[in-house]
Amino acid sequence: MSLSVEFGLSLPNFHLEIKFDAPAGITAISGPSGAGKTTLINVLAGLVTPDHGHIEAHGRVLFSSHSQVNLKPEQRHVGYIFQDARLFPHLTVMQNLKCGRWFRHLPSDPEAIEKIVTLLGIEHLTTRRPTQLSGGEKQRVAIGRALLSNPDVILADEPLSSLDPERKTDILPYFEMLRDQMHLPIVYVSHDADEVTRLATTHLQLKQGRIQSS
Amino acid sequence: MTDWLSPSEIEAVLLSLKVAFWATILSLPFGIGVGFVLARFEFPGKQVLNGLVHLPLILPPVVTGFILLKLFGTQGPIGSVLKDLGIVIAFSWTGAALAAAIMAFPLMVRAIRLSFEAVDRRLEDTARSLGASPWAVFGMISLPLALPGVVTGSILAFAKAIGEFGATITFVSNIPGETRTLPSAVYSFMQVPGGEESAYRLVVLAIVISMTALLLSEWLAKRVKTVVEGR
Repeated sequence: MSLSVEFGLSLPNFHLEIKFDAPAGITAISGPSGAGKTTLINVLAGLVTPDHGHIEAHGRVLFSSHSQVNLKPEQRHVGYIFQDARLFPHLTVMQNLKCGRWFRHLPSDPEAIEKIVTLLGIEHLTTRRPTQLSGGEKQRVAIGRALLSNPDVILADEPLSSLDPERKTDILPYFEMLRDQMHLPIVYVSHDADEVTRLATTHLQLKQGRIQSS
Repeated sequence: MTDWLSPSEIEAVLLSLKVAFWATILSLPFGIGVGFVLARFEFPGKQVLNGLVHLPLILPPVVTGFILLKLFGTQGPIGSVLKDLGIVIAFSWTGAALAAAIMAFPLMVRAIRLSFEAVDRRLEDTARSLGASPWAVFGMISLPLALPGVVTGSILAFAKAIGEFGATITFVSNIPGETRTLPSAVYSFMQVPGGEESAYRLVVLAIVISMTALLLSEWLAKRVKTVVEGR
């Protein structure tokens, strides 16, 4: 279970030349804001196309300029956890959790749902709508939604930055749990040093468009 | 109602409702499609499409009616083909529905386009990352979230269709029971001595129907918005 990433991308205001491997566990990528962290994640998710490179997850090629492979976001099997939870407002919490499997035409998996819902402590929220949740609850549902879509890789873009400090300490353990129990490569982007120190299996820094280990 | 309105007045009102209903229902899929395309895609000719959609709003209605007559009349390029298939829409109520649909289309598309533009594109990206094909994103995310605008657009189009006069009378004339819709009936009553009273009654009805449609669309759009957003 690993993700290997190598790509180059020129944008008007910066240039990224990225190369790293993410084994199972949390690969934390930190760097100042505006360094291109979100762009990096979006490239992995297939929402931004790099100029050249090769991205592979579990031996499955997601992008390769050499062999002209560029899988669409929906074909990449990545679970993307965003800065803001981005739950679908017209669906209930339960429908949000299930939608990854609907979208992929997979049969419903009540056991997996039950397990994740319990792990994340959101059993009592399943019939609510996103507007009736607090920020921390929303983010937990978003984590569950990403996990239940059966991803090969988890991408998290500053998932705690929109929460107040108390909520952050509430959610951090869930990421530790993901790291220790899910055996998935998790690319975790953050500019918060404490968060990174606590979570990272591997810590990388994005500086001047390049990855440096620290 | 029967005491208050004469049979020919009732006939005109019911015909108007029928014409407007079908005009709205049948143009809705196109309105949603065009509204979505205009809101989400950049392509060569986009401004031309936008212009074509809005043209009936600007053109003199008699011009639109004339063009429809030339295209869909039994001698016209489309009308002659339809005639071979046994469908004649010129001078029939179906033609009135077509004219009303085209005249109401800009209003419908405008409301639908705006509501698609208001849908958070990041939610669409999120759905893609969760495995949704573009069609699934449209059907399960974009369209449900744009529903308030679809409702508003449909009701506005319905109200506009009820009131359509110029293109309708040019294209399908003013045949009692077939194409004499509410506005055409008002016009006819104004032409005959002693018809003023009937005209007044229909004018009041037209105002009531239009006002109700406007209020209903506002109210429904709010209701649907509340339901969609789960507040």
